[in-house]
Amino acid sequence: MVVGGAIIWALVVGLLLYAGHARREPITARKASWLILGGGVAFPVIVLFCLLAYAVWLMPQIRPFMPALMDNKPQIEATGEQFWWRLRYLDDGGNTAFETANELRLPVGERTTFRLKAADVIHSFWIPSLGGKMDMIPGRDNVLSLEPTKTGVYRAPCAEFCGTSHALMAFSVIVMERPDFDAWRQSRIEAAAMPQPAHPGRDLFFRHGCAACHTIAGTPAIGRIGPDLTRIGERQTIAAGTLANTKDNIARFIREPDAIKPGVEMPAFGMLPDGDIEAIAAWLGGLK
Amino acid sequence: MRWIKEIETFWTLFTAPTVWALHFLVCYVAVAVYCAKQGALAMSFETMRWLLGGITVAALAVIVLSAWLAWRQWGFGTEVPPHDAPTQDDRRKFQGFATLLLSGLSFVSVLYVTVPLFFIGACQS
Repeated sequence: MVVGGAIIWALVVGLLLYAGHARREPITARKASWLILGGGVAFPVIVLFCLLAYAVWLMPQIRPFMPALMDNKPQIEATGEQFWWRLRYLDDGGNTAFETANELRLPVGERTTFRLKAADVIHSFWIPSLGGKMDMIPGRDNVLSLEPTKTGVYRAPCAEFCGTSHALMAFSVIVMERPDFDAWRQSRIEAAAMPQPAHPGRDLFFRHGCAACHTIAGTPAIGRIGPDLTRIGERQTIAAGTLANTKDNIARFIREPDAIKPGVEMPAFGMLPDGDIEAIAAWLGGLK
Repeated sequence: MRWIKEIETFWTLFTAPTVWALHFLVCYVAVAVYCAKQGALAMSFETMRWLLGGITVAALAVIVLSAWLAWRQWGFGTEVPPHDAPTQDDRRKFQGFATLLLSGLSFVSVLYVTVPLFFIGACQS
């Protein structure tokens, strides 16, 4: 794309210089009409035809709704919620293998197919570095597939206004080598069977009712309303791409979530003793 | 075909764009209806593709005919535009030239509308 743009730029500048410096000699009417016909009609018609054909040819790969391409079943189900992302990794049978939130991990060099949903209002799923956006519409399943070609960490904002904290709704995408991805995926599946060791923060988490909304694999917490917090300590950010993942920020979010994300569903827990909040934040931040 | 040169109506001017519009409608409506009633019609997508291909060829033929008549009306390009004198002859030549250009535009447009026919594999599920 850059090379193509550079060539066109050089051509335009070259023509400009030529027009400025060439001797002004009128060309014949015949030559002029061929120039108009060639440069004004034939050239754009052919170029546009090629570009159109290329774009139409490309389309089914980006939007795999054709039965022929439906063989690659959705591997991840992403649901937009106000104002976070529910991400379910699916097994071969299409059932949920495990759930996570606000951080996506993908294998590099492979096409991953997503099923996109929305729980409340229209959101839009967009990882700018990996491809185009697609709306997440309540009551409808949209299918999108993406193929990352480079490992790294990418940011993905919500691309459809969805409420007061729309601008604070993002997720991070970590593109990994296949073996690393498999190891991570396997460890996440096994996490459900690995009991989390005792910790003062763990007891407080349950005593103050956090488990009513949040799930943490390996504990009795199976709340479905809020984001899954399994291994929240390994994520890049908290509060759906809003704050750096530090224990202080986790504590701050527990204390005043609505000050950080206006319109957030989670109630503020500022009435809890500071020590309790710190302990819960320390425990959550250490879940890796 | 002498009457073609005598005709004093705007309708010839619109022939090619009308064919383009009809071709566009037929392509899109046909595929939409076919895909909506997939089970009810005993017709494969390939048949559909060939059918629309045939309609495209017919549309292109009508446009070429319109262009040829326009070229004729323009006097086979013996005189160059602008035909802006207030005479019947210039009016006819102007209309012929305009029709020829519109026919060219419509020809290209019909081709562009046809491009997806080559790439669509099946109906959206």
